[in-house]
Amino acid sequence: MVSYITRRILLMIPTLAIISALIFAIIEAPPGDYFESYIAELQAQGESVDTARIQNLRKEYGFDKPPVERYFYWVAGMLVGDFGYSFAYELPVTDVVGDRLFLTILVSFATILFTWIVAFPIGVYSATHQYSWGDYGFTFLGLIGLAIPNFILALVLMYLANVWFGTSIGGLMDPQFVNQPMSWDKFVSILHHLWIPVIVIGTAGTAGMIRRIRANLLDELQKQYVVTARAKGLHPLRALVKYPLRLSLNFFIADIGSLLPAIISGAEVTAIVLSLETTGPLLIQALKTQDMYLAGSFLMFLSFLTVIGVLISDIALAYLDPRIRLGGGAYK
Amino acid sequence: MTVLEKGVALPHTVSDKPFDPDAIYQYTDAQRALFEASQLELMWRKFCRHRLALISLIFLGFLYFTTLISEILAPYNLHTRNINFIHAPPQTIHLFHDGQLRAPFVHGYRYKLNMENLKREYEADSTKIEPIRFFCSGDPYEFWGFFAWDFHLVCPAEDGTLFLLGTDRLGRDVFSRIVYGARISLTIGLLGTMVSLALGIFIGGLAGYYGGLFDVLTQRLIEVIQSIPSMPLWLALAAILPITWSPLFVYFGITVILGLLDWTGLARTVRSKLLSLREEDYISAAQVMGASSGRIIFRHLVPGFASHLIATATLAIPTMILGETTLSFLGLGLRPPITSWGVLLTEAQNINAVALYPWLLWPVLPVILVVLAYNFLGDGMRDAADPYK
Repeated sequence: MVSYITRRILLMIPTLAIISALIFAIIEAPPGDYFESYIAELQAQGESVDTARIQNLRKEYGFDKPPVERYFYWVAGMLVGDFGYSFAYELPVTDVVGDRLFLTILVSFATILFTWIVAFPIGVYSATHQYSWGDYGFTFLGLIGLAIPNFILALVLMYLANVWFGTSIGGLMDPQFVNQPMSWDKFVSILHHLWIPVIVIGTAGTAGMIRRIRANLLDELQKQYVVTARAKGLHPLRALVKYPLRLSLNFFIADIGSLLPAIISGAEVTAIVLSLETTGPLLIQALKTQDMYLAGSFLMFLSFLTVIGVLISDIALAYLDPRIRLGGGAYK
Repeated sequence: MTVLEKGVALPHTVSDKPFDPDAIYQYTDAQRALFEASQLELMWRKFCRHRLALISLIFLGFLYFTTLISEILAPYNLHTRNINFIHAPPQTIHLFHDGQLRAPFVHGYRYKLNMENLKREYEADSTKIEPIRFFCSGDPYEFWGFFAWDFHLVCPAEDGTLFLLGTDRLGRDVFSRIVYGARISLTIGLLGTMVSLALGIFIGGLAGYYGGLFDVLTQRLIEVIQSIPSMPLWLALAAILPITWSPLFVYFGITVILGLLDWTGLARTVRSKLLSLREEDYISAAQVMGASSGRIIFRHLVPGFASHLIATATLAIPTMILGETTLSFLGLGLRPPITSWGVLLTEAQNINAVALYPWLLWPVLPVILVVLAYNFLGDGMRDAADPYK
């Protein structure tokens, strides 16, 4: 087990290296940099430009150096916890990100829970009642969820929540709790607001998950040991729960790998529409203004979250499934 | 069934017809048609059995056809602004007036500015009858930008209006804009898929056929790309497109971006299919007979997985349509005057629009229908392409 975990963690290093290079290339690609647009903006407003200060900043953050050198500077900084400086906020990136990253994790985690709680029983039902009306109905519902663009669902749900329950529009908590320390009331308020993004982000992932559970369990149910168990008179429920369900549970955890990127993607868009205090709105702002360290570090955080999530799911899987733990077919 | 009795001879069962030993090899017409059908015919038959897929195919075919003649189908020009009808709600089509059946018509609008909340209020005036005209000349347009024309399938009455789905904040007809938007929204997914298909076949093909270090490297790269959340990456890539680009260039830029992050799944399919097909006996036979790599790939391998690949690609199209819609909605995708369904939905960006002008949400309906149709179509094609099912 220990060797397996070590191996997985070591494998993360090249993955993260490639991701960081990719991200750096992308945020480096647009012509110009933040300072150029900043100067242009100041000049457009007719304000004087403090050239000396900007030159200083440029120098300090290495904008006079070639991109490759800057890349290593950025990566080296991240390794010691220095994620760069946000020019728009004039704050270190970690200060800007702070709470928002926590809320992103909270929303993502709640969404995964929601997806599981909804997808598992429905998937099992669909597989055991193949081609029944219920099966078709759930499949259709799932497809609809897949087809509705997230942002529209978010808008409509937000509106309905406001009309029906009087939930305040936008944000992840009632306005009076913003910037307040965590308290029970604040927590309840967050819960009141959380369900909209969770449902919105969860719909697409849930649909996919139901289909995959169904297919997986169907394969398992056709196997001979299940047929034998049923033929020997084992109760259908027991014949289902004893082995096929356990096996599909493994798959359940393994599926985080494909679920998590989708959830974080959805979370970004939904957050922008619902103006949640998560990473989404800040990221898009940073991308638009070429606030490159902020944007880059954000993308890095999000990718890191996914990689960690996949790692945790792999470890849990190895713990549950001896075939993986013992090395056979550890990776595809 | 005959009842057997003791002591009675069994009934005689030998047929007195002449015996034809080849009878078993004679097929009925239906059987012959099945056994002699080509692979393509078999697939088509299997596809037709999937009702939803067939309906989806017809539906999508119809939609693509409409994009050819959007100008004629839309009652208004894409950019026509009806200044007197800003944020007008949809008009319903009526068939009866005073209990009498007559040609389809709409009621004209009476406009009033509510001085309390400064809201524009439109009220259907049931005395104002505006019959819809068919095959008529109306709003002038340039057909595909080639020549000026004014022929429409339906037009509003002279001096009347016909806002089937209401108007937006500039008084433009939402229905007409949806019809025009189909042109961009439906093609962007196709073009994007072509980009990702080209990349996927090329990279996946090389990895699958040659294997070795290249295969290992691409496998790692694919894993990495798949593990990054796609939407933030799309956003980042879309932010690269310079603002100075013309909208048409941005359109192509967006298709490339959508394709750039989507090839991984296709590359994997190509690779795994190639790997399994490479081991087949007929490939070894071709190799032994001295066929070149190119001949083996294109003559023997490609037909083996082409149908499967097309099905997989079809399933990728809806993701791209949704991706474009989202990017445009967030203001990082297409920009006016290029009009896609996503661009139309930017009008409904805030909660006010949902509360006050819900008809601005209509463009979401074609998005949902098209995404569903592509999903069904792809499912049907995948089932049809699988010879073992």
